[in-house]
Amino acid sequence: MIHMINVSKIYPNGTKALTDITMRIEKGEFVFLVGPSGAGKSTMTKLIFREEQPSRGQILFNRKNISRYKRREIPYIRRSIGVIFQDFRLLPGKTVAENVAFALEVIEAPRKEIKKAVPAALEMVRLADKANVMPSELSGGEQQRVAIARAIVNNPPLVIADEPTGNLDPDTSWEIVNLLQEINKCGTTILMATHAKEIVDSMKKRVIALEKGRIARDEERGGYGYED
Amino acid sequence: MKIRTFGYFIREACKSLYRNNWMGLASIGTVAVSLIIFGASLITVMNANYLATRLESNVEIIAYLKDNVPEDEARGLYEEIKDLPGVAKVKFKSRDQALREFREELGAQQNMVDALGGDNPLPHLYAINTIAPEDVTRVAERIQALKQVDKVDYGKDFVEKMFSIIKWVRLVGMTVIVLLGLAAVFLIATTIRLTVFSRRKEIEIMKVLGATNWFIRWPFLLEGMALGFTGALLAVLVVGVSYVSFTDYIQKNFNYAVFGLQTDPQFMMILGASMLGAGMFIGAVGSGISMRRFLRI
Repeated sequence: MIHMINVSKIYPNGTKALTDITMRIEKGEFVFLVGPSGAGKSTMTKLIFREEQPSRGQILFNRKNISRYKRREIPYIRRSIGVIFQDFRLLPGKTVAENVAFALEVIEAPRKEIKKAVPAALEMVRLADKANVMPSELSGGEQQRVAIARAIVNNPPLVIADEPTGNLDPDTSWEIVNLLQEINKCGTTILMATHAKEIVDSMKKRVIALEKGRIARDEERGGYGYED
Repeated sequence: MKIRTFGYFIREACKSLYRNNWMGLASIGTVAVSLIIFGASLITVMNANYLATRLESNVEIIAYLKDNVPEDEARGLYEEIKDLPGVAKVKFKSRDQALREFREELGAQQNMVDALGGDNPLPHLYAINTIAPEDVTRVAERIQALKQVDKVDYGKDFVEKMFSIIKWVRLVGMTVIVLLGLAAVFLIATTIRLTVFSRRKEIEIMKVLGATNWFIRWPFLLEGMALGFTGALLAVLVVGVSYVSFTDYIQKNFNYAVFGLQTDPQFMMILGASMLGAGMFIGAVGSGISMRRFLRI
């Protein structure tokens, strides 16, 4: 699904964020992306999301070279990737259901489809009863679940989660990760950048560890491997 | 683009118009002022052009013959002048006839003519009309070349002065319009930038969710166009009302259509439409400028 070949990223200010990365993530995988701050995790997700362009190398997404897309085609790549952020990024002026529906509105999905898909997504994250509540009235974990519902509402084949549990306490973090695992079981590929050592260690999923912009480890059923 | 989506764009535009109403009012005001000046100078130029063509088509060439040309020879020129290309109408006026008419015009002061002591200082003259106003100069030159002709007069100075005034009005008007137009564009750009800035999180999320740039752009473009349109509407009202009452006043108090003020509905429609169009264009350009930077993600 994602295939990086000799990818390097040097930012205009000279920072070498990634150096010669080659890796492959298959459809349906659940992958943890770990490593100290500044190791290049965010750059990696940004490259997949085409927020940044690689300085060297090729990135294939669904067998298509994403650096070949023109600027106006980028939105269409993004529609097949759901993104979850540490800070949720919900719109405070919209209700839970409206926030989830927003993802379909901006891609001009038919109204019928919105009416069907939004309750289904809220059901999936178990927030059906909070559909008409404002995000500010929700707990952090609930807000993140809304963000997850928004990310999966149009059934993207890939979900990128960038430290989704960074602002949450351990119990709530587990809730979120379990939810992601459920989504993964339905066939969605998940790439989760994280610092949550305990979660990574006990999940026994594939772990890609980045250090100073290079892949330090890439293990099936791996562990977090850092003492932080 | 779907109709439902368009409804969304309009709703978003209205919301944000409501939110920054002060900046919005300032932009509307600037657009209105610049378009009022635009409209006023356009009216001036159009009327001056109209007046000039009317005057020009009325221009008569007066050819004064030399004093020593006897009347027979003078009358004999008639055919020659008539046959010049571009000539429509030729009228001969002998010196005697001219003096008679002069005497009549003077009325009570006829004794001024008597004071000349029987001498007639007036020359024979021809009054010539051309078919087209632009032939006047050429025909006048041909007549001047005739050996019996002393002097040709055709209001050249007046026509030329008129045109140079029109040229200046046009130039000054254009400069002011362009400057004010730029000011309006930048005010609208600032207004829209505030909106864009206050909604940059939302824009970011929209980009993440895969919205196209045009989907994001439309509400802001509509907002800018609405600001421009409202300002233009204001300007159309001001210019329209004051022009109509001005022409009314002229017609009632001076009672001559010679002024040549144009009031026909077609002219007014074109003027209004072009002002509204210019307002929307200013608005669209303004919001376009302020959005370029924000959409580079």
